[in-house]
Amino acid sequence: MMNDTDKKLLEQIAELHGVPNGSYNIRKNGESIARNSTADIEIIPKKDKNGIDIFVKPGVKNKSVHIPVLLTDGGFKDLVYNDFYVGKDADVIIVAGCGIHNGSSSDSAHDGIHSFHLEENAKVKYVERHVGTGEGSGGKIFNPVTKIRLKKNAFMLMETTQFGGVTNTVRKTSATLGEGAKLSVKEKLLTDNSERAMSVFSVKLSGKDSSAEIVSRSVARGNSFQHFKSALVGKNKCFGHVECDGILIGNARISSTPEIDAAHKDASLVHEAAIGKIASEQLLKLMTLGLDEKEAEDTIIQGFLE
Amino acid sequence: MIKFDNVRFSVKDEKTAEEKIILNDVNLEIRGSNITAITGHNGGGKSTLVKLLMGMEKPTAGKIYYKNKDITSLGVTERARLGFSVAFQQPVRFKGITVGKLLELASGRKRMVGELCEYLSAVGLCAKDYVNREVDSTLSGGELKRIELATALAKGGDVFILDEPEAGIDLWSFEELIKTFSSLADRTVIIVTHQKKILEIADTIVLLNHGTEPQAGTREQMLPLLAESEEVCGKLRRN
Repeated sequence: MMNDTDKKLLEQIAELHGVPNGSYNIRKNGESIARNSTADIEIIPKKDKNGIDIFVKPGVKNKSVHIPVLLTDGGFKDLVYNDFYVGKDADVIIVAGCGIHNGSSSDSAHDGIHSFHLEENAKVKYVERHVGTGEGSGGKIFNPVTKIRLKKNAFMLMETTQFGGVTNTVRKTSATLGEGAKLSVKEKLLTDNSERAMSVFSVKLSGKDSSAEIVSRSVARGNSFQHFKSALVGKNKCFGHVECDGILIGNARISSTPEIDAAHKDASLVHEAAIGKIASEQLLKLMTLGLDEKEAEDTIIQGFLE
Repeated sequence: MIKFDNVRFSVKDEKTAEEKIILNDVNLEIRGSNITAITGHNGGGKSTLVKLLMGMEKPTAGKIYYKNKDITSLGVTERARLGFSVAFQQPVRFKGITVGKLLELASGRKRMVGELCEYLSAVGLCAKDYVNREVDSTLSGGELKRIELATALAKGGDVFILDEPEAGIDLWSFEELIKTFSSLADRTVIIVTHQKKILEIADTIVLLNHGTEPQAGTREQMLPLLAESEEVCGKLRRN
């Protein structure tokens, strides 16, 4: 059963106010507390390890599946494997994410290992949100691993957001794209205090006319540290674009390591990175609209991460 | 309406530590319900005057009054809340903030697309093409400039400060903007400009050279004077 803390976390990570319609699996402190399969999307628990297999039937359109995870027992460490098999011509939304509430002095951690297998012409919008709450001194740690395989003309939009309160995270995303496949990643990261975040992307554009766009926007406050690392390999006629924008506030630090490898004569790869504090002109402009400096700063950050 | 009373502004040269005077004991009265154009050669103190008007800089000496109230110590936010509206010479870009959001921030509340359309149409943009676009480098310099002017219109108020509104705007669509500026004539409109077409709609023209005592007069008095001024005349001819 869900208490108020669970409901609050669920709303933040999945915009849910209770059990959703359609297919879902809600996991709390290492156990499934609610699950539902439909004729279109089947969820089957793994037998050999923690996790589920999600099967989206070919041609299924305008359906969604929610698989949020809640960790509220202080000191609990959760490792889960979720595999998504999306059939040919399907078009679905997958909402994942995890909320850790840790009121203890022991570290709580969630390692979610997600694999996506998209068949020809399949489309997926994948939304993943992470948040850490609780006043305990124990860490709120996330180490998500996302493995993506896109077949011919498949498309995946991946929107990941780390709201705040996450003390440590190492995010690893890898993808291999077939002919005409497209991957779009929009990552938003917010860190504060002494939090640490590392985000690593490795994308192989193997198919002809495949393309990938990875846009990371991050805000680092306090004494937090973020590292963004991307490796984009063009193995065919393809297009890849990586953009890393970071706003620094206080004594925070952001580093970015780009690697673009055009291993084909018709590969076109672009990397852009811009890190710095909020431009004084931006603050000034919003202040001429009647906002005070704090309101202006908050508005800029909110817009940047929205 | 706005009065500069013996306003001096100086900065210290970092290398020589000498004081460099930008504005030297300037006395100026800017009337309400009036379009005042401020012109003059580069380095004459126009940008400094704008910064002092909007509260971005404080005078080294002297006072600034608005409706007979001393506003010298008020900052940018306080003056905005008093009813000052500013369009920068160089538009500012915001990643993640849409044109619609920026206009809503300016107007202080949520707006329907139709209402936003009014502001954008007034600066020659079609609302549906822009409302959801981010105010970033995907927009051209001219588009950003028009959006900058639209934010000033959406902000509204009694005092409009427009810093070189012609910069980056193509001249063949400038007539519509001139009409928009003219429609504000019931407020206090201060336009820093080198553009003859704007000078021609001004009720008052202020010539500011070398940061010294400005020459001010009606359009009829000042335009012939400007034509005689070699430095300014050169700019007018180019426009």
